[in-house]
Amino acid sequence: MKIRRCGDQALLVEVADDEGISTVLGLYTALSDPRPDGVTELVPAARTLLVRFDRTVVGAGELAELLADIEPVSSQERRGELVEIPVHYDGADLAEVGKHTGLGPEGVVDMHTSAEYTVAFGGFAPGFGYLTGLNPKLHLPRRSVPRTHVPAGAVAIAGEFTGIYPRSSPGGWQLVGRTEVPLWDPARRPPALLRPGTRIRFREVR
Amino acid sequence: MIEVVRPGPLTTVQDLGRPGLAALGVGRSGAADRRSAALANRLVGNLDGAAVLETTFGGLVLKFHQVARVVVTGAPCPIRRGARGEAMNAPFTVWPGDELTLGMPSSGLRTYVAVRGGIGVEEVLESRSTDLLAGLGPAALREGDELPIGTDECGPLPSVEVAPVPDPAGFDLTVRVMPGPRDDWFTPEALRTFASATYAVTSESNRVGVRLTGPALERAREGELLSEGMVPGAIQVPPSGLPLVFLADHPVTGGYPVIGVVLTDDLPVMAQARPGQSVSFRLVPAELPLAAAG
Repeated sequence: MKIRRCGDQALLVEVADDEGISTVLGLYTALSDPRPDGVTELVPAARTLLVRFDRTVVGAGELAELLADIEPVSSQERRGELVEIPVHYDGADLAEVGKHTGLGPEGVVDMHTSAEYTVAFGGFAPGFGYLTGLNPKLHLPRRSVPRTHVPAGAVAIAGEFTGIYPRSSPGGWQLVGRTEVPLWDPARRPPALLRPGTRIRFREVR
Repeated sequence: MIEVVRPGPLTTVQDLGRPGLAALGVGRSGAADRRSAALANRLVGNLDGAAVLETTFGGLVLKFHQVARVVVTGAPCPIRRGARGEAMNAPFTVWPGDELTLGMPSSGLRTYVAVRGGIGVEEVLESRSTDLLAGLGPAALREGDELPIGTDECGPLPSVEVAPVPDPAGFDLTVRVMPGPRDDWFTPEALRTFASATYAVTSESNRVGVRLTGPALERAREGELLSEGMVPGAIQVPPSGLPLVFLADHPVTGGYPVIGVVLTDDLPVMAQARPGQSVSFRLVPAELPLAAAG
């Protein structure tokens, strides 16, 4: 683990490549509830956890020492909330994904619904989560030409991740289905259904 | 109530933003020049979190339909209340029927208007800030909008007539930068260039960031960085080699290496940099060297 300065009010904790997302999520969980004094923001990502702090409350050196001693919470201990997402598997790229993987559309659906996923991190848009746990057979590159309009609720895959577009936006992921479950509602507390650590299962609806 | 007669090129409602939600994909947003916004609130006796108007390049015309205590801070511009002139950083009273007109700033970019009681638009996630990147909060002001004056808790009115504010930083700006977290992605030559060159602010700058043009910064390594969390003041270097300094509406995460981060105290200078102005960076070492830990 390496701790880097990120200006005068943040530290960037970087984990080794072979530790990866799970360690970041473990550190995020260990620091989230409650956050250490002076920590104002935690931003998990693929290999890093950004820790923003209020310099009038805690110093960079003091916080770095605290961070160096934090034990990541293991994935067995984490057990975040489990959310089931009903999905209509009629995405525009489902046939193509079926062909590319050799699984056929039904094989893709079987595989996508048989795993349990975990939200690793967000960042693309409010309420969007990068979900880990995708079967390696479904790891596919993004579309070479991104779509200018992906509808809200689109269930998609790209690289090692699957995810759901919380609102319509441009996007380059392969679309396999759609859900009507609202992922983002600023009037709800918390506003995002999927938060780092949340576990997800997809269920097919016809 | 305050009626928007003309919004100018861009006027938004801003407060302290939405801290603590970045893990859900929500950036902090809030006033770009926090120092000027905070001063405005203090001068009309508001608490720090009250919402103010942030207007870019002047041109804002407001008609007041009730009496209000008002102050204008930030980029200095001509202020007219009806036929009468008012001064920057000096609170004044606006009477029902008065039109308040802000001219083009003589220097700087963003001017703030605070009203005692705050701008009382609806909150979204406990903030009235417009986040232009995430599309959260009230829309940018349009002609004909009606802004309620808030009933936020206020402190006593300060007895100052005018707040002393240092002269604007001049045409050639220098901001202090702490290197990293990804300075090791750049060649020693690029780091020297970064610390010595003069960059120019381009017109593609906005609340997301200040885009600069000047000598390109060369990377020392190939490959892509995995996206990581960003902060205001982060200086990202995309493959073009031309740096971009993030402001209040920056994306929560970014995939280009950050060569350095503007110090918090110098962010207001960056937020007031206008297109064509020149910016240079003075590197300051991190106050505590951090060894690899764990």
